[in-house]
Amino acid sequence: MLTILFDGIAYGMLLFVLACGLSVTLGLMNFVNLAHGAFAMAGGYVTTILMNRYGVPFLATLPAAFLAPAVLGVALERTLYRQLYSRSHLDQVLFSIGLVFMAVAAVDYLMGSQPQLIVIPTWLQGRVDVTVAQVGIYRSFVIAVCAVLVVTLQLVLTRTRFGSQLRASVDDPRVARGLGINVSAIFATTFAVGSGLAGLGGALGAELVGLDPTFPIKFLLYFLIVVTVGGTSSLTGPFLASLILGVADIAGKYYVPAAGAFVIYSLMIVVLVFRPNGLFASAR
Amino acid sequence: MQASPPAGTGVCFSAARRWRMAETVFWLAAAATFFGLPGYHLLLTEIAIIGLFALSLDLILGFAGIASLGHAAFFGLGAYVAGLLGKHGWGDPLLGLAAGAGSAALLGFLTSFLVLRGSDLTRLVVTLGVALLLGEAANQAAWLTGGADGLQGVEIAPLLGRFEFDLFGRTAYAYCLVVTFVLFMVARQIVNSPFGLSVRAVRDNALRARAIGVPVNSRLVAIYTVAAAYAGIAGALLAQTTQFVSLDVLALHRSADVLLAVVIGGVGYLYGGLIGAVFLKVLQDVFAGLTPQYWTFWIGLVLVVLVLVGRERAVAGARDVVRRVVGIRRRTS
Repeated sequence: MLTILFDGIAYGMLLFVLACGLSVTLGLMNFVNLAHGAFAMAGGYVTTILMNRYGVPFLATLPAAFLAPAVLGVALERTLYRQLYSRSHLDQVLFSIGLVFMAVAAVDYLMGSQPQLIVIPTWLQGRVDVTVAQVGIYRSFVIAVCAVLVVTLQLVLTRTRFGSQLRASVDDPRVARGLGINVSAIFATTFAVGSGLAGLGGALGAELVGLDPTFPIKFLLYFLIVVTVGGTSSLTGPFLASLILGVADIAGKYYVPAAGAFVIYSLMIVVLVFRPNGLFASAR
Repeated sequence: MQASPPAGTGVCFSAARRWRMAETVFWLAAAATFFGLPGYHLLLTEIAIIGLFALSLDLILGFAGIASLGHAAFFGLGAYVAGLLGKHGWGDPLLGLAAGAGSAALLGFLTSFLVLRGSDLTRLVVTLGVALLLGEAANQAAWLTGGADGLQGVEIAPLLGRFEFDLFGRTAYAYCLVVTFVLFMVARQIVNSPFGLSVRAVRDNALRARAIGVPVNSRLVAIYTVAAAYAGIAGALLAQTTQFVSLDVLALHRSADVLLAVVIGGVGYLYGGLIGAVFLKVLQDVFAGLTPQYWTFWIGLVLVVLVLVGRERAVAGARDVVRRVVGIRRRTS
């Protein structure tokens, strides 16, 4: 019982790191970016390539798994995405679905369609019996990393100059620009960090949720659930939504395996019917 | 999502309703393919089905402004209903169509209330969720649907008791073409009727539409239900002509493909879906010939380029080309 709760929390934390970039671009910048999972996949593949081909230790690959998608994100944002900020949602959906298709086929071509395996260091393997539950060491590691990230993000967003500039740019880009804030640079940085975090999530999650070329499609709905159910007014909403989703998914799969994914899909639909703007939306 | 109004919105509506010469040419050309391209009947059947499916998506996307990522839910339901009827002895094609349409319409009616609420994003997620939910249900109910192996043993009786479905797809193509034509004419009546105009008013500005007395919600429910029935019929046609149903009919790429067809052909323009279906199928064929396993890459590239160039411009350009080609063909024939 507690083991399931623990696994669920680890899964939920991971989902949050994967999806928080999306909750910023989609929630704050109002850009429907269905290709978010592609950046996560990029991070995962960076880690597997570095580990399996060049023998780089796992921990040392994580910064690369953050940086590579971040650079990729900035490049795409500067060249393609920024042209679409003011376009209709349908255009954004079509554009990002196109990117997903391209990413899936390209990775399939370059890396093959088989799932990628990584071997985590021995000191992260195994489980420890705490009196009430079995605690996976790797999962504790994931939880710790994600918790640090969550706290850092929240502090950056609420306490720093950059955070307030971002919030200002989102609330009213024109006025923010008038006040001398370089809005497009802020958006580009945010996009880069969001993509980088997704990549980091992909690298951390390669062991837990697997990694293959269909990753962006498989997790698309999960990301969207986190953002829509969590609401878009703060980071707290998506964070709680990720935790609920993680626990519900793991518990659902454990207790009623026959019902499969029903649990979370129905949960999501019910929530969105009663709270169309998300579970934790404040009145905006 | 406020889809930008199509170029024709400004013209007098009675003019839009009038039957044009080009439309006759279009349908004559479609009929001509039946006799002129006997080797391609299987491909053409598929085009007709996707065209009808795209038409159904255009009814909600182009005319009501509802973006859906899960339109395959209705397509798949229609396919499974028709397939199951065929498997269990009720192989009459028209009965299958009616059942597919009815069940999809019922599902559309029930889920339309989910679509009424929330923003574009919520709609995208909810429609996607409904489609995935059905896909999961079909996967789990393997005793009924055959699960991942697909529904086998579908037997379809001769059409109207006379025309057998042959191996070359002659009957199948004629059948799909006629059904698509009839449903197209019905859709044409619907969108140009006062009802259709009020739906378009809702798309352009729901607030003002409500202010002049258009019952916004019931209009959206109605058009969503009709579109669902259309998609169900398209699915039923697929099940009957291929005599096989797989989980593939409910997959995300179905919804994405049909979205692409509508967008290629032009949103909010009934012929858009049909033309887009032709383009999509031809593109798929060409790309699959180039790089068999990775054709989705090229489809993705087409989407990205299409959006970056600007949908309206790309579609208008393509339409010009088509018009010129059709013109040449008319002159030479």
